[in-house]
Amino acid sequence: MAKVLMKGNEAIGAAAIEAGCRYFFGYPITPQSELPEYMARELPKVGGVFLQAESEIAAINMVYGAAGAGARVMTSSSSPGISLKQEGISYIAGAELPCLIVNIMRGGPGLGSILPSQTDYFQATRGGGNGDYRLVVLAPSNVQELVDLVIEGFDIADQYRNPVMILGDGMIGQMMEPVELRKPKQRELPPKDWATDGTKDKRKPNIINSLYLAAEELEAHNQRLQEKYKKIMENEVKVESYNIEDADVVIAAYGTISRIAKTAISQLEKEGYKVGLIRPITLWPYPYDEFEKINDKCKGILTVEMNTGQMVDDVKIAVKGKFPVYFHGRTGGMVPTPDEIIDKVKKIYGGEI
Amino acid sequence: MTIVFQKTRGLTDVETHYCPGCTHGIVHRLVAEALEELGVLDMAIGVAPVGCAVLAYKYFNCDMHEAAHGRAPAVATGIKRVRPENFVFTYQGDGDLASIGTAEIVHAAHRGEKISTIFINNAIYGMTGGQMAPTTLVGQKATTAPYGRDEAHCGKPIRISEMLATIDGAKFVERVTVTSPAHVRKAKKAIKECFKVQIEGKGFGIVEVLSTCPTNWGLTPTEALKWLEDNMIPYYPLGNFKRPEEVE
Ligand SMILES: Cc1ncc(C[n+]2csc(CCOP(=O)(O)OP(=O)(O)O)c2C)c(N)n1
Ligand code: SF4
Ligand SMILES: [Mg+2]
Repeated sequence: MAKVLMKGNEAIGAAAIEAGCRYFFGYPITPQSELPEYMARELPKVGGVFLQAESEIAAINMVYGAAGAGARVMTSSSSPGISLKQEGISYIAGAELPCLIVNIMRGGPGLGSILPSQTDYFQATRGGGNGDYRLVVLAPSNVQELVDLVIEGFDIADQYRNPVMILGDGMIGQMMEPVELRKPKQRELPPKDWATDGTKDKRKPNIINSLYLAAEELEAHNQRLQEKYKKIMENEVKVESYNIEDADVVIAAYGTISRIAKTAISQLEKEGYKVGLIRPITLWPYPYDEFEKINDKCKGILTVEMNTGQMVDDVKIAVKGKFPVYFHGRTGGMVPTPDEIIDKVKKIYGGEI
Repeated sequence: MTIVFQKTRGLTDVETHYCPGCTHGIVHRLVAEALEELGVLDMAIGVAPVGCAVLAYKYFNCDMHEAAHGRAPAVATGIKRVRPENFVFTYQGDGDLASIGTAEIVHAAHRGEKISTIFINNAIYGMTGGQMAPTTLVGQKATTAPYGRDEAHCGKPIRISEMLATIDGAKFVERVTVTSPAHVRKAKKAIKECFKVQIEGKGFGIVEVLSTCPTNWGLTPTEALKWLEDNMIPYYPLGNFKRPEEVE
């Protein structure tokens, strides 16, 4: 397919339809409304259903129903709306249903702002809803990667019967870049023989449920979930890294911020500094092992985020105290600049921080 | 020997957990019989609530979803949009439907969602131990209304059927009870008529069933039936509020 120029939010819709998603339930919120608008326009043309729900709570529960009935289904929102969806996300994770949830993050807490941010990292990777569950969290840094991850995200969801979240940082939703809708790597997808489509008097009833009243049963259910999460951790980590075997300072950044970090790195290289990059593409499962490859002489890891320090916790877990971990973040819709990053790296080099 | 009564295939053989004298069980049987008699049991997908009927997914002999508290109509919407050829119903209590899930039920009705809802109004939160429901009568005691429901403090009980009947998308609305064999027969007729509205693709239907909770009302099963008739029916009048003209 030829490349076409698309805005991030619309590209998500095109990728989802390409992946066979035919159901979208959502509620308007800036800065992601181009996506439901695109789906409202395009889904009916392919025999699908777009439905604007009365709230994000209803939307995610419609997703729960549709996913349980066996459909490829998605919803999208931005931070405050994702907060409302947490109840449903927890039920979907508990009942082990596949679906795609898009969060195009804006500033918080509370109503915050409509400007880009990365302030929902904790919520996305640590739960947000109740219970011991995990979402697969995918963090694209450009529009091509966004569509690739949307398409593959549906397969990951189906393979593991687990909700998958696309965590975009506001800028990516609004950015226009050339994209190509490509097939992901072939996966063996299990049949949805658990879905509710009526017994037709041919099988026992299928039940979509997250309730286990007996302690032993709920513990066993959680152990099964943990085994599944372990498999996902083994198989699905995605990370891009650059020059970490040789770098004196390694920057850790994800999403569009990693692009700003790259600009800073090439500038620093011109000045003779050796700076590497670790860019997690899956925020859960987190690429902890990648940090093991950093050379022993590295002076420190600089985490750059569009928040006041969230992923930096995972970086600390990853380096296990082996290197000092520094942080640079802007928030409220302010974006870290290459100059700020360059200044921080030079200070780490000079032992000034 | 002639068979005079047989358990419907619409119910599983699992023993229910309902208290003695609780009318949830009767309503389960009526719903299951209606599914079987209308020939939709094998294509039915039910949605259980959070409340005493939380385990309904074990009792109805068809595909089932267990929904979060109050969200059953949204879950049913998702199912029905994916599987319009299937029969989709929700079974919800009054805390579930008339309090935490009001947005979901109002908008499912408003969209004319082609689903059917069985609404168990027992004027109390049964499962959590007898707290006040939005349907608790003025003066009625509940664990969170120990002096009786005070209208000045928390308003009058909500009349869901009357409210939903004002919505265009709601095509069938009827309030029934199951306190006597005659009422049980009428209730079953209403449930079947409501289900037909979905089968014929006409829109949303709901049957509100005035029910007893002897355990949390602190009454014996027979006292509870009488209390319902003496106190609930005067405030929640029985009858049909709406039906599609052709079904009349
Ligand atoms: C989000 C949430 N809030 C509260 C509860 C606790 N809870 C469980 S059942 C229930 C009330 C159920 O009452 P009702 O819907 O009237 O059903 P009944 O038990 O009377 O049949 C409540 C509040 C819950 N499970 N989830
Ligand atoms: S608590 Fe009340 S509503 Fe619940 S099963 Fe017992 S009698 Fe029925
Ligand atoms: Mg109740």
